Amino acid sequence: MRQHRDDVNRSDQDCPSEHSGRRYYLPAGLPAPAADGPAAEFWAAARRHELVVQRCPRCRTWQWGPEHICHHCHSFDLTYERVSPRGTVYSWERSWYSVHPALQQAVPYLTVLVELPQAGGVRMVGNLLGDPLQMVGIGAEVEAVFEDHHDADPPFTLVQWRMLDQPL
Amino acid sequence: MVGIGQTRYYKRGASPDPEFKMVLEAILLACRDAGIGVEEIDGFTSFSNDRNDPPRIAAALGLPELRHSTMVWGGGGGGGSGAVANAAAAVAAGLAETVVVFRGLAQGQFRRYGQGVRTGRAAGAEAFTAPYGVLSPAQGFAMRVRRFMWQHDITQNALRAVALTSYAHAQRNPRAVMYGRPLTAVAYDASRWIVEPFHLYDCCLENDGAAAVIVTSAERARRTRQKPAYILAALQGSGYRQAATAHNAPDYATSNFKALAPRLYAAAGVGPADVDVLQCYENFTGGVMMSIVEHGFCRPDEVNEFFTPENFSFEGGNLPLNTSGGNLAECYMHGLGLIIEAVRQVRGTSCCQVPGAKVSMVVSGPMVQPVSSSIYCAEPTP
Repeated sequence: MRQHRDDVNRSDQDCPSEHSGRRYYLPAGLPAPAADGPAAEFWAAARRHELVVQRCPRCRTWQWGPEHICHHCHSFDLTYERVSPRGTVYSWERSWYSVHPALQQAVPYLTVLVELPQAGGVRMVGNLLGDPLQMVGIGAEVEAVFEDHHDADPPFTLVQWRMLDQPL
Repeated sequence: MVGIGQTRYYKRGASPDPEFKMVLEAILLACRDAGIGVEEIDGFTSFSNDRNDPPRIAAALGLPELRHSTMVWGGGGGGGSGAVANAAAAVAAGLAETVVVFRGLAQGQFRRYGQGVRTGRAAGAEAFTAPYGVLSPAQGFAMRVRRFMWQHDITQNALRAVALTSYAHAQRNPRAVMYGRPLTAVAYDASRWIVEPFHLYDCCLENDGAAAVIVTSAERARRTRQKPAYILAALQGSGYRQAATAHNAPDYATSNFKALAPRLYAAAGVGPADVDVLQCYENFTGGVMMSIVEHGFCRPDEVNEFFTPENFSFEGGNLPLNTSGGNLAECYMHGLGLIIEAVRQVRGTSCCQVPGAKVSMVVSGPMVQPVSSSIYCAEPTP
């Protein structure tokens, strides 16, 4: 049974967000990540609340998004490596116009592009938790927050972000 | 380039005709404009995975023989000038003699680009964006533009100047969807955000229509009805790993023209100072900003001063820009309308004619992969 935004004013240990008291930062009903292909290991790690990035064991090149081949040495034998769930804001956007029925009541919301200096500077897209109207500084330090969608079928976990100087 | 044709342009969903029929109409109009017989057409090029299949078009038009058809991969308008390049290359190589570059786009009959994809599961690269509410083209590009503006201390006024320019020029163009609907700086500032840093007026329209241009040899061009626009250069391409997924292009805050622009000028034998008028693809105003910089018209640290409606005006501006109203205010025909307008400037028939325009340039589809640009001239050589 899917959780909707209206029935979420409740305490929940998995709740990563104070965004209007939502269970999830964005309401259920958006496309869920297909955890297959070269991305499968990333989504499995997210379920364990671990952040991993694709890395070539032969030439040590970090790579994101996931590919079938290392763009540097062309090895097909790529693996994933666990990294510290920290990063810096590389860019951001605040969406005001709903482009999906699930987002009708969810705007505005913040999306950030987070750079991971400890993983070759690869970047990850996620939502910035907290006040959607907050000022966002490029270069600000952020920490990953694992947003579990236990009630989805199959369950999945999104990697969200929060400002390090703004504890939840 | 000897013929230009465009259907009436409609707001999305307003066309009484299906997309394929509009494509046929645009092709007939281009032939009539050029004064050449439809039966002379022997090739087609298009872009953005156009739905209208050249063998079907050739059958519908009863063409004696189809000798060439090519598609530029990639979405948006990035392949517009690339489709011109394919047409020119086909003619130069002797693969075909008279090639139509076309685009049909009836967003009201198919999917609206401004709406997110409606699937239950996001596969491939979309798995890293769609679950986070990054679903539309505007959302896909806003962070590139935000980063560029942050790097170079660029204000919202630069984006506003691009929007005001297109709307001002459209007020002189009766074909424009926004003809009779002027935009003021106050109205721009007061307009709603779509996704910061894009206001409503920073985003292209969603339309129904079709457009076509005809490319043939210089020798054949001299025997047509119109003054030809000679193609000095037309190229497509993409920079190093620009199509890396999940927003991981190593050079991120870019329109993707850094590698292509020097090749284009070298091939054309002109430089930015020689360009009399520019049609620069506005999917979003921020893409115009980075394209103008990457084609060498101003430095990043000059954007705040360079980007003014006066500087972009056909009346005395240093760089007359988007003189038909472009994708923001004439019609979003994936930028083929910009190519048609570039031809009009060379002919001297634009609604916003730049006096004595000789070198006329088009930038197609910033921020996508591949992108392309082209330069036209009133004479075979600059």
